[in-house]
Amino acid sequence: MNNQLLLRSAGTMLVRILFAVVAAFPIVFMLVSSLKPDQQIFGDMSSVAAFLPIGNISLDNYAAVFDRVPAARFMINSIGISAVTVVLGIFINSLCAFALSRMEVRGKRIVFAAILATLIVPFQTLALPLVWWVNQLPYFELNGFSLEFSKGWLDTYQVQIIPFIANAFSIYLYHQYFESIPKELDEAARIDGAGWFKIYRQVVMPLAGPATATVAILTFLPAWNSYLWPLMVVQSEELRPVMIGIQYFFQLNVSWGEVMAYASLITVPVVILFIAFQKSFINSIASSGVKG
Amino acid sequence: MTLSPLPTRPPEAVAAAAKQNTGPARRRRPRPGFIREQLSGWGMITPAAVLLLLFVFLPAILGFGLAFTNARLVSPRPVEFVGTDNFARLFTDPTFWRALLNVTYFAVVVVPVQSALALAMALLINKKFRGVNFFRTIYFLPVVTSMVVVSLLWMFMYRREGLINELLSTFSFGLIQGADWLNDPATAMPAIIALSIWQAAGFHMIIWLAGLQSISGELYEAAQLDGASRWHQFRYVTWPGLKHTRSLVLVTITIQALGLFDQVSVMTQGGPLDSTTTIIYEAVRSGFKQQETSYASAISLVFFVLVLLVSAVQRYLTREKD
Repeated sequence: MNNQLLLRSAGTMLVRILFAVVAAFPIVFMLVSSLKPDQQIFGDMSSVAAFLPIGNISLDNYAAVFDRVPAARFMINSIGISAVTVVLGIFINSLCAFALSRMEVRGKRIVFAAILATLIVPFQTLALPLVWWVNQLPYFELNGFSLEFSKGWLDTYQVQIIPFIANAFSIYLYHQYFESIPKELDEAARIDGAGWFKIYRQVVMPLAGPATATVAILTFLPAWNSYLWPLMVVQSEELRPVMIGIQYFFQLNVSWGEVMAYASLITVPVVILFIAFQKSFINSIASSGVKG
Repeated sequence: MTLSPLPTRPPEAVAAAAKQNTGPARRRRPRPGFIREQLSGWGMITPAAVLLLLFVFLPAILGFGLAFTNARLVSPRPVEFVGTDNFARLFTDPTFWRALLNVTYFAVVVVPVQSALALAMALLINKKFRGVNFFRTIYFLPVVTSMVVVSLLWMFMYRREGLINELLSTFSFGLIQGADWLNDPATAMPAIIALSIWQAAGFHMIIWLAGLQSISGELYEAAQLDGASRWHQFRYVTWPGLKHTRSLVLVTITIQALGLFDQVSVMTQGGPLDSTTTIIYEAVRSGFKQQETSYASAISLVFFVLVLLVSAVQRYLTREKD
């Protein structure tokens, strides 16, 4: 390699590092500050120490988070809500896509077109009428042996889950993926006497791993990060997800170190998940972006 | 209706018609499993279809209808039709026009700057080199961080004695003192713009990256043989190759920009002096805090029309010209 080329690639690397520093510094600052008492955070601010875990380091801020608010409860709520949404979403959307792409169902074209049409409506447009609407829906509760009936889904777990299970984009992704699996497999299974559900469960779904990973990621992220919706429909402390929890925590006028500890607590699990599945994560966003 | 006399048809058409006729004839006697296929097919479609009907179609139609009523979230009075009252109120509300202006300002800065930065990042990590996965991970890190966390974090950094001002002062050797970013009407929106670009650029970088990787390597080889400089390769190979990605990135960034909400809700609540209020923030404020569902639905409807308009204009501008 001649000198000019070497210089140029060194320059490119420098620019790459510059971008990486800009992308990472706030997150590093957050993680490091979560380990320091407030006095030290403010003292370190004017030097590079702001980005280094040095000085008076402890997990006190983390302990304080759990003392001050039911942070564990908020975490469990969010984990539960995201997990149920992801699992049911994978099942219901793939099932629908299976029928639409691999079976000769009368009228499926119209249904598929109607499903795709829902993609043009941004959630922000739906949110407010949806609040009004879920408040009109009936609510059944089993109390001992009697079934009690009341009106309104506000302030429940189901209002944070059920509206987000069916998703046109997930159906579309599964549909595209199922189209690429040869239909001869279904025919062979049918000759062996398999029913349609069995073909779905034992032939098609085991081959649809990448599509399932994509749908899981694209359902999990908004469920974990959701803020606008729970802000409007959840009031009780014990039903709050993490993002509403942190907003509420912040309003208690706690120390910044504790805010950073809470913020790290709800960011780090996603970051670990992201690093573990980095490849399929980035590929799934890429394919969803290009096709969406 | 009379059938056209057969002899006037060309023989191929008759043959084709005869062939087609076998279709329905066969359907009359259903092939084995036909009914079961219909039943299980509809059984599989129904759960998702019903949920979409209940939580997307119905609220969309309801939103359209409620905008012309006086519905409130909780109200003892029955819902009444009030015509275009909500829209009349909306269009004479100075806060709504301010929100529209703010969102336009946000979009006009964010769309070009963010898409350009995202493209630059994508170009930096497009080729294989040592550590490419490390850089991809770092560049993408802000995207997986929730906007609520990002907003709280930057709120802290934007304080008068916060990290941003300390950095500015250090790098300018004390020349720049920095502002009280979020409490000054002149700097609040630029501050929100900066953090929004920081958070979302990585997402669009990935879309650009997918576009870049769909361009055939042979084109670059041919360009190199012709002695094209790196700038010429970008200008005549990369840029035209990204045509479809380009319009996709522009549409998604614009629609996201118009929907600006989380940052404003966490950091400024629309202030100071309405300098950061947005359309969705206004909708949530009236619909949720003041429980005026109908007025909020009217705002949402205006937002939806805006989104449709923007995507129509962008589709027109990026249409196939030949």
